Amino acid sequence: MPYSIKKDLCISCYACEDQCPTKAISHNEEGEFFIDPTVCVECEGFYEEPQCLAICPIDGCIVKLSEVEEV
Amino acid sequence: MSGCHSKQCGLGSDDLSFLPEDIRRKVENHPCYSQEAHHFYARMHVAVAPACNIQCNYCNRKYDCANESRPGVVSELLTPEEAAKKVLAVAMEIPQLTVVGIAGPGDPLANPERTFRTFELIKEKAPDIKLCLSTNGLVLDKYINKIKDLEIDHVTITINAVSVDTASKIYPWIFYNHRRYRDKEAAKILLEKQYEGLQACVENGILVKVNTVFVPEINGEEIPELSKKVRSMGAFLHNIMPYVEGEGTAFSKAGIRPPTPQELKEMQEKCEGNMNLMRHCRQCRADAIGLLGEDRGQEFTKDKLSKININYDPNWRKQIHEEIEKEREKLRKARELLFGETENEGPKVLVAVASKGNMLVNEHFGTAKEFLIYEVSAKGAKFIHHRKVTPYCHGSISCLEGENILEDTIAKLSDCKAIIAAKIGFEPRDVLKQRNIDCVDEFAYLSIDEALARYYKKYVLKEEVPVGTNGG
Repeated sequence: MPYSIKKDLCISCYACEDQCPTKAISHNEEGEFFIDPTVCVECEGFYEEPQCLAICPIDGCIVKLSEVEEV
Repeated sequence: MSGCHSKQCGLGSDDLSFLPEDIRRKVENHPCYSQEAHHFYARMHVAVAPACNIQCNYCNRKYDCANESRPGVVSELLTPEEAAKKVLAVAMEIPQLTVVGIAGPGDPLANPERTFRTFELIKEKAPDIKLCLSTNGLVLDKYINKIKDLEIDHVTITINAVSVDTASKIYPWIFYNHRRYRDKEAAKILLEKQYEGLQACVENGILVKVNTVFVPEINGEEIPELSKKVRSMGAFLHNIMPYVEGEGTAFSKAGIRPPTPQELKEMQEKCEGNMNLMRHCRQCRADAIGLLGEDRGQEFTKDKLSKININYDPNWRKQIHEEIEKEREKLRKARELLFGETENEGPKVLVAVASKGNMLVNEHFGTAKEFLIYEVSAKGAKFIHHRKVTPYCHGSISCLEGENILEDTIAKLSDCKAIIAAKIGFEPRDVLKQRNIDCVDEFAYLSIDEALARYYKKYVLKEEVPVGTNGG
């Protein structure tokens, strides 16, 4: 299950986008960041832990896509 | 290093003559590295580095208010190209600008591409501007060659602890080698990397300033040891800064308090024997512009920059700097005459001065946003630190609110014997007199040193001072 960024919590710090090994993360001109669920592999095969989650400074900002959909 | 340090001599300036020539040239017009220079030269930070690789308990990255001034905060993020353009525009608008730093709002080295691209562009277009970098040190050793290649001569590392225990109370986690480390494991790695980074800079001839956030309950006991350690490792300057309470930070939620001005002064005195201490830091925002006490960032927003035509002229800037140096030299000579040699030190008094730059008494009491605090004796004036206040005069008719502000200002200056400003109104004058604080505006527009010397002789030693000896 890929990850997703909660827009209301994101501070647009670019850290996740810089770290993503599959370039699944991008942003628009308004500084909103998105994870492309078809590209995110949760860093499997690259690193031990999802890089976006490991560097994000805001608790609860990056969550499993399923958690967003449930809400 | 031998001979006479400025602070032992007791002169008001930071006399840099004891430094080797190459180092003196690097710092003499750097407002952060030279106390005297900060009266004359300006700095700017460009906010190109949003990402961070550690979490500090005194930092809340969510908060950005234009009225707030502290590290980590920024209003408008720039691309490297926008940043370089902004630097050229500011350098022509404020020719006193000598230094451009990258300090965040995250950590510059957690944004290596954006940070180094920005420095490359500035170096290419304005090679006369000094480059600075301020980092938490976690990956500093990794980029040391890049820093050296770009001739970034000044690196600031924020180091807040010596022991892992203390560090773990400040840093809940770090992101290192593609992993998040927590608690003591994180603290241990971070400390090791910070001290390694410091060593790598020193070995490569890069001047290092160490910043320490002083949080009395957390690292207060350890700071004197930290100061000794970084000095012995070759840091050029130690800057002990008060922790600034920020909304929503872990420290703020836990009720951790900032140090009082007196606690800060005591801590600086405790560490002073060890090394050069920076006392004039204003803890500026990651996008601050201007002299240290001011922030003209709002004049140079992206929107306004798009309308500015820039013709960068290093020769014109050089001329302005030469004029500033002539003025500095004049003030230096005047200072030597004023305090001169004396056996008797006389009583030491604290004096608050209102200035908005150029080392002059040129600010009114009511409009001052800060006061410079000096310790004055018959041997000289020593700068202690600045104290921020809310300006008492807003130009409004009603002064009801002003009374509370005045009380607050007086409370902050209660240990001072005198206030020296370009003008002090009747109302505050009456209140200050009742508190036994001398109100002195007769030295308006003189240099700070001359005003302090004249004040001391006339009011403390009660000597007759001839008018118009110097200072011109």
